[in-house]
Amino acid sequence: MATPKKRLSQLAGDGSNDEKSATFVFQDEGHTLGNALRSIMVQYPEVEFCAYSVPHPSESQMHMRIQVKSGRAVDILRKGLEDLYRTCEHVSKTFDDAMGAFRGKVKMETN
Amino acid sequence: MEKNSKKDRKILMREHGIPNTFEFANLLDGSSVWSFEKFKKGFSVKIVRETPDKFELEFDLIGCNAALANAFRRILLSEVPTIAIEKVYMFNNTSIIQDEVLSHRLGLIPLKAHPKVLEWPAGEWKQDEVDQQSTLSFELKVTCKKNPQAPKDARRPSDIYLHHNVYSSDIKWVPLGEQHLLHPDGAKKFGPIHDDILIAKMRPGHEIHAQLYAVKGIGKDHAKFSPVATAAYRLLPDIEIVKEVTGEAAERLQSCFSPGVIDVKVSQGIKKAVVKDARYESCSRNFFRHDDLKDCIKLSRIADHFIFTVESVGALPSSTIFIEAVEVLKEKCKTFLSELEEIA
Repeated sequence: MATPKKRLSQLAGDGSNDEKSATFVFQDEGHTLGNALRSIMVQYPEVEFCAYSVPHPSESQMHMRIQVKSGRAVDILRKGLEDLYRTCEHVSKTFDDAMGAFRGKVKMETN
Repeated sequence: MEKNSKKDRKILMREHGIPNTFEFANLLDGSSVWSFEKFKKGFSVKIVRETPDKFELEFDLIGCNAALANAFRRILLSEVPTIAIEKVYMFNNTSIIQDEVLSHRLGLIPLKAHPKVLEWPAGEWKQDEVDQQSTLSFELKVTCKKNPQAPKDARRPSDIYLHHNVYSSDIKWVPLGEQHLLHPDGAKKFGPIHDDILIAKMRPGHEIHAQLYAVKGIGKDHAKFSPVATAAYRLLPDIEIVKEVTGEAAERLQSCFSPGVIDVKVSQGIKKAVVKDARYESCSRNFFRHDDLKDCIKLSRIADHFIFTVESVGALPSSTIFIEAVEVLKEKCKTFLSELEEIA
């Protein structure tokens, strides 16, 4: 939290060396972000393969492998993050509304 | 595979095993293409129960996948920040409880202080330079004495000694620097949530004198920073009576489920079992033990209906903690999105 260090990097290529496939390394992340992000990205039609792993439990990093049929893997990651962000925004708003309505109802009943 | 219409999103619970879990590995609206609009359409939140103190909350997340629900649960437990005692400077401890054990006990005491009042600790802890932006200071000073006013024939420790029990209420806030100006009501705002946590027992001559420093942290680092006592979800159970159950069997069926789940209705002198409220069914699958009942019931869980129960430790209301958890996940996305700009 102190110094803004780099938390996202890309693993060196696997020979095929095009932008269709990539493995991203998320520093200080685990299953929380990994699975949530994966669950969204695997459902894109242009994604051929998407999976995450935590290579070693004592190293706090998460690998995200993305292979696409067309386009760039990076764009899918960006889209995934944006969609997860929007999803969270929506969850937050929906929860807030529901909470407000619930508290209003409880107040009405007690009065 | 049948189409996943809303009604068919049932995870079947058979006598031996759950035959169709794979269908829900990536559940969303039947077709497998994700879009935000689709999510928005299918998603809803229902608040079910909140205790008057706001520390216990039960709510339903409907229409989201397990990965998202689990991400929120994991964040609730380990990534929403709270404030807890992190450093203890022991000036005097002549009680029988060892310094390190006492320090650990102090660390675990839940503190009432909104996490937003403190900044994140910057860098290493400096022994003689305590940062007032990121630290709250407390003092614990208790000396046990004989009670001079004790009746002669008194035998109980509470009568013959003074301060022989050290409670969390003995922890007093000590403002650092200008904190007393920033928080004029600090003595009320900062302190242990519960006043009656027993910290140590002492006898005359024993003394504990310590300076305690509390900082902001997250449960991933140490469980004492976790804002919740429990945060868990389960799937909504669903019970379908496919073959009518009547007479003595109806009552037997009722006893196979959690209280209040099955109702026995009497019409024209015939007892008949009906489903009253499947929500609080524990899914013990007890009815499978009765050969005449096991084919009458279809027990399942709704794959995209998550019943969350969040129990706050007491620093923040449960609803606030959940909002914070969603915020944490949002913040993660934002961080990596901005970093992505640099590598792509």
